[in-house]
Amino acid sequence: MSVVHSEIIPVASEPDMVTVRRRVREVAGKVGLSLVDQTKLVTAASELARNTLIYGGGGTMQLESLNGPRLGVRLTFVDNGPGIPNIELALQDGFTTGTGLGLGLGGSKRLVHEFEVDSKVGQGTRVAVTRWK
Amino acid sequence: MEKIPILRMGEFLLVTIQVDMHDRLAMTLQEDLTSRISETAARGVLIDISSLEIVDSFIGRMLGNIAAMSRVLDAQTVVVGMQPAVAITLVELGMSLPGVRTALNVDAGMELLKQSLNGHKAKKNVRRT
Repeated sequence: MSVVHSEIIPVASEPDMVTVRRRVREVAGKVGLSLVDQTKLVTAASELARNTLIYGGGGTMQLESLNGPRLGVRLTFVDNGPGIPNIELALQDGFTTGTGLGLGLGGSKRLVHEFEVDSKVGQGTRVAVTRWK
Repeated sequence: MEKIPILRMGEFLLVTIQVDMHDRLAMTLQEDLTSRISETAARGVLIDISSLEIVDSFIGRMLGNIAAMSRVLDAQTVVVGMQPAVAITLVELGMSLPGVRTALNVDAGMELLKQSLNGHKAKKNVRRT
């Protein structure tokens, strides 16, 4: 798998979420994802960026466009927040420790092809998602 | 502070969302709309989201809240103009906007509001006679 383009975008404030959505849209468009696929990926990015901001206390998103074996876009959200004690529970629809609807993690999983969560309590969380063309 | 304009047209309030909304802007709109409904005694709210490129769970929840709050204030809400890609994504995300009335475009939305308002008035007349 080769990475064609890579950039890191801070996720530390609400305006950053708007930047995240805009850049993911631009890169997904360049890679050639269809409008529906772009919309799915941007929506997943919005949900995950909000998690990074609210639950992780802020962090970063790495945005990569991939070429080989297929074209695609990978997003990796990293924070040094409290971590997720029970990932299985956190992935269930309706589960939330905050005030949201609990659709962020489980919902965004349905919008991408690959979904990976790595979290250590007290150290932070890393969520990587990929949508292939 | 950045705000989304709310236009008054007779008994209705019109909102066209033309910016990529961050969460606080969505919260502000929710609050502004409820106070405008009560100030103007509006009977209907039409929200045009045709410029919105995504609706995530936060914005979806805001639309649901606005519909519920306006109902409590005796006004109907119709959300119009959702892009097809947004509709597909929203349902896959797990949100089908329960309790939110929708129409394909502004014209259809206005028609829906007028109909429900007329129906409402007709019912009131029946009760009076």
